Amino acid sequence: MNANLQMSAEGKLKHLLTTEGLPPEILLQILDTARSFCSVTERQVKKVPLLRGKAIFNLFFEPSTRTRTTFEIAAKRLSADVVNLNIATSSQTKGETLLDTVANLTAMHADMFIVRHGESGAAHLIARNVGPDIHVINAGDGRHAHPTQALLDMFTIRHYKGGFNHLRVAIVGDILHSRVARSEIHALTTLGVPEVRVIGPRTLLPRHVQNLGVHVFHDMAAGLKDVDVVMMLRLQHERMSGALLPSAGEFFKSYGLTPEKLAHAKPDAIVMHPGPMNRGVEIDSAVADGRQSVILPQVTFGIAVRMAVMGILAGN
Amino acid sequence: MNIQIKNGRLIDPAAGTERVQDLFIAEGKIAAVGATPGGFRPDRVLDASGLAVSPGLVDLSARLREPGLEYKATLESEMQAAAAGGITSLVCPPDTDPPLDEPGLVEMLKFRARSLNQSRVYPLGALTQGLRGERLTEMAELHDAGCVAFSQPGATLTDNQVLMRSLEYATTFGFAVWLRPQDATLSRGGVAHDGEVATRLGLAGIPACAETVALSAILILVQETGARVHLCRLSSAEGVEMVRQAKRARMPVTCDVAAYHVHLSDMDIGYFDSNCNLIPPLRGPRDRDALRAGLADGTIDAICSDHTPVDEDDKQLPFAEAEPGATGLELLLPLTLKWAREARIALPAALARVTTGPLRVLGLPGAAIAVGQIADLCVFDPEAWWRVRPESLHSQGKNTPLLGMELQGRVRHALVNGQVVFDAPSSH
Repeated sequence: MNANLQMSAEGKLKHLLTTEGLPPEILLQILDTARSFCSVTERQVKKVPLLRGKAIFNLFFEPSTRTRTTFEIAAKRLSADVVNLNIATSSQTKGETLLDTVANLTAMHADMFIVRHGESGAAHLIARNVGPDIHVINAGDGRHAHPTQALLDMFTIRHYKGGFNHLRVAIVGDILHSRVARSEIHALTTLGVPEVRVIGPRTLLPRHVQNLGVHVFHDMAAGLKDVDVVMMLRLQHERMSGALLPSAGEFFKSYGLTPEKLAHAKPDAIVMHPGPMNRGVEIDSAVADGRQSVILPQVTFGIAVRMAVMGILAGN
Repeated sequence: MNIQIKNGRLIDPAAGTERVQDLFIAEGKIAAVGATPGGFRPDRVLDASGLAVSPGLVDLSARLREPGLEYKATLESEMQAAAAGGITSLVCPPDTDPPLDEPGLVEMLKFRARSLNQSRVYPLGALTQGLRGERLTEMAELHDAGCVAFSQPGATLTDNQVLMRSLEYATTFGFAVWLRPQDATLSRGGVAHDGEVATRLGLAGIPACAETVALSAILILVQETGARVHLCRLSSAEGVEMVRQAKRARMPVTCDVAAYHVHLSDMDIGYFDSNCNLIPPLRGPRDRDALRAGLADGTIDAICSDHTPVDEDDKQLPFAEAEPGATGLELLLPLTLKWAREARIALPAALARVTTGPLRVLGLPGAAIAVGQIADLCVFDPEAWWRVRPESLHSQGKNTPLLGMELQGRVRHALVNGQVVFDAPSSH
């Protein structure tokens, strides 16, 4: 149970489930491959035949238009056949177990599953139960991991900052519930970022978050001081009903990214957000649309990074 | 039936001794120890050379899943598993479907268990009707039907007034109340110990204070009411210390720990092993060490299996969706022996935690290897290695975090009331 499920015995990537435990060489291989795919997406004919004949199944147990669409676009650019499964309306609600759904789809000759699920560990469960030639990409499992988001964010950081080992990066918001935050933290520390900060109220930071190798700040001004990269997280409205926060307004007052707060960071700091944004809750429109924001390029890079992940897995 | 057990290493947890001697059984009792009694002709001779002979194990918590939950396991399969585990007496919690809150249900369970002629079954009665935490059950009637104590096996009652009154009512008749110290609201939504592992894996946490806040309330109410309370399944270092202090203050409390919690911690969850989804959750290594220290110094009176068979489909799910619980009847002995070995505790003292200790909690006599004692015995090979595999378990519950692991300690024979209720297949 403790063996690293993602890697084959030869050290090749079999599944992409989490950035945790991935050696820096693998992360960099994905980023370098993505860079070569960037030129593809800028061409007139945006396709390469790398995954021709392969069947990629988007298994989304949680609704998502953005992530699913980017995976679909990425798969089609690689000439793969894509099947989208919106599980909420399919046999899952008829009581079919998760693994039965996967087994049935495998019987339809799926080569790759891209899985998003509301529970942590779902992608691992599926990866443990698929045949040897099937690859699983975790598109987000509960609060646990969202590795492709972290990878595209690393790509974005490298694109604008050149490297990792001289940076201060701050992640702001609801880290407790964030699979994006956890994946970012693992990727950043693996790639050698010397200082990773998390900023948020105590109720939204996991008890033992400092054990992940981060510095904890409750004060946004102090936390953003001299930072090179600001990563904002989405705040979900459910947090108000769980006695974790009083209101979106108070959250914005202390932790919303406004031009004034951003001024504490370095003048050339970049502002990132995994999307979708809650304007006026975690981020002010002036910043989201401002000159330091790289939020839209993140989306573009996301396609190339997902092409890279799928290409590397299929080739292993 | 006359039985002679030859050459076994007789372990007496009550006396704290062990010696190699023959044992003679007649009419359900130990007739003699050592020399053959005059005129004794054995109907059966068990060769216990190289084996240990101890009083049968007493398991303070084993879910038999009847009535109502037979798709998970049946009385037949689980009683067979108990016997195979050397368990000659077991206590079953009232959280069946329907819960054991009616004398008729209790009588039927006892009747069914008795007719299988295996281990003794001591049912716990529900403390409140339907286990809903609102109205008292007919404790006197349930006691007459065979309930040994009354329990609210889920989280601690949220209504402290009901809790206090149920303790007062129980003390009217001198009944003990068994409670699991877990605050319902602090554990709400949680599936794993609120520690580093849950943080990394993104699992909703149950903080240790869910146990200590509940313990606090229970201990204060024990002082108020004088009720005799047994605390089920301690899990935290702070919890052990609170019970230690309570015992020092001579409060009428006892407690137990589940066998898995003596050995495992949240680190064993690994990559979301749902077999490690247990209630209470496996806490950190520090908590596990405190539980072991509590067992060694007598703060914790007993180790139980907390046997909870779960259907395989209910475990093959993402961690938080999986049904909590682990199979345990056949792991209780080897896990107790493993603790004894690692903590360097002599066999009689270690086995006391699964024999004399539990009997003391139940207020029952026995568990000595002496003439006149009822012959509930476990004959086992303390050194025999075996691999934990679905095929090697008699229980229908194959859900254990230890699947694939090798353990030492295998039961060869189990006797209840002087009758052999289990013989290990000779291939062992």
